[in-house]
Amino acid sequence: MKLTLTVSPDFSPEKLAGWHIFNTWLQRKLDVDCHLEMFGSFAEQRAAIAADKIDLIYANPYDAAMLVREKGFVAVSHPMGLPDEAVVAVAANSSCQSVEDLKPGIKVVSSGDPDVSMMGMILLEPADLNAGNVTSETCSSYVLVAKQLMTGTADVGIFPARAYDGLSSMVRNSLRPLVRSEISVIRHMLLAGPNAAPLVPQLRTALTEMASVDKDAAILKDLGFSGWEASSQEDVEFMIDLMNTLTS
Amino acid sequence: MNDMDPVHVAGNAVQTTLTYFDGQQRSVLASTTEVPYPEGKLIVSRTDTRGIITQCNQAFIDMSGYQESELIGQPHCLLRHPDMPKAAYADLWATVNAGKKWDGYVKNLRKDGSHYWVHAVVVPNVRNGQIVGFTSVRRKPSRSKVDASAALYVDMKAKETA
Repeated sequence: MKLTLTVSPDFSPEKLAGWHIFNTWLQRKLDVDCHLEMFGSFAEQRAAIAADKIDLIYANPYDAAMLVREKGFVAVSHPMGLPDEAVVAVAANSSCQSVEDLKPGIKVVSSGDPDVSMMGMILLEPADLNAGNVTSETCSSYVLVAKQLMTGTADVGIFPARAYDGLSSMVRNSLRPLVRSEISVIRHMLLAGPNAAPLVPQLRTALTEMASVDKDAAILKDLGFSGWEASSQEDVEFMIDLMNTLTS
Repeated sequence: MNDMDPVHVAGNAVQTTLTYFDGQQRSVLASTTEVPYPEGKLIVSRTDTRGIITQCNQAFIDMSGYQESELIGQPHCLLRHPDMPKAAYADLWATVNAGKKWDGYVKNLRKDGSHYWVHAVVVPNVRNGQIVGFTSVRRKPSRSKVDASAALYVDMKAKETA
């Protein structure tokens, strides 16, 4: 059996080596040939999924419905205590003190992570802002989002909270968060496609035990995880229902 | 569902008897105090097909003013505010029972008689082709939407009681 693993393209670049080491660990644990395929964009990754080229995916919740309903993926595991959250920020010298100070016509920049961008737009709703009355632009990195705010090219930036917290103090000091989501229930999940389905029980057990083995815990640390928790199919169905309530 | 207890209600409150779709009645106490929606949070709950709460998150508990143990197993209309028209809930149930997504602006009643406004979205939970329950997610509404909804609901209530 040969499997292809991929990771949601919103992973932090510094975690790339960690995912390669994880893939090697996975091959050893499952005793299968597993290839890690990284994509530069969600569009490229979705094309590979559509062509049935993906067997295991650390998936953005935005893609869960498509993976489960259209491609028959099942839930495996999710990282412990690592929900996806968004930060909506402005330049430190902006006159806006709250979301409600923002006006239609502003320019909103994000790095294009689908779930975080969606959460960010929801956080702008109290100001009656939506995709129809703001100008949206996608940048290729969080640093470029920050740069647009710092140079006054954009009015509002939407960041994944972990990426915002990971910006250098110099950059963060030039920005000011208006609101940070505290949603807690939206998160990435590891899903298995039909080819990998027979391995799911073995994989779920191995992942759950990972944090208790010293050398495996080091691999987790490189991914920024403290451990994996088993996900049930109902967990991913609930995630799909949640995302359905949040998308228009 | 028990009547609201004046012991838990803060400030001046007006007593109203609500009659639900199934004929059940409940005495509620509503003050004019509005509690601001918490920044950045989503209020999430799930019910069975009869609208009985099966699961809720901490934001739901905090905003309702009830303990989790007082919420699980109770009908979702525990939070119904007397200013909300029956037609809004009739539309909600007709929509989700038809397998569709419903969204609207809702004034919810807290245990202490105060209220909070939400932008609510409700979806049916479909498993193996069957509706097995509903998930409701509420988010912070804009003040303009709240004001427009409040005015609309006054008109709708007036027509319901005419």
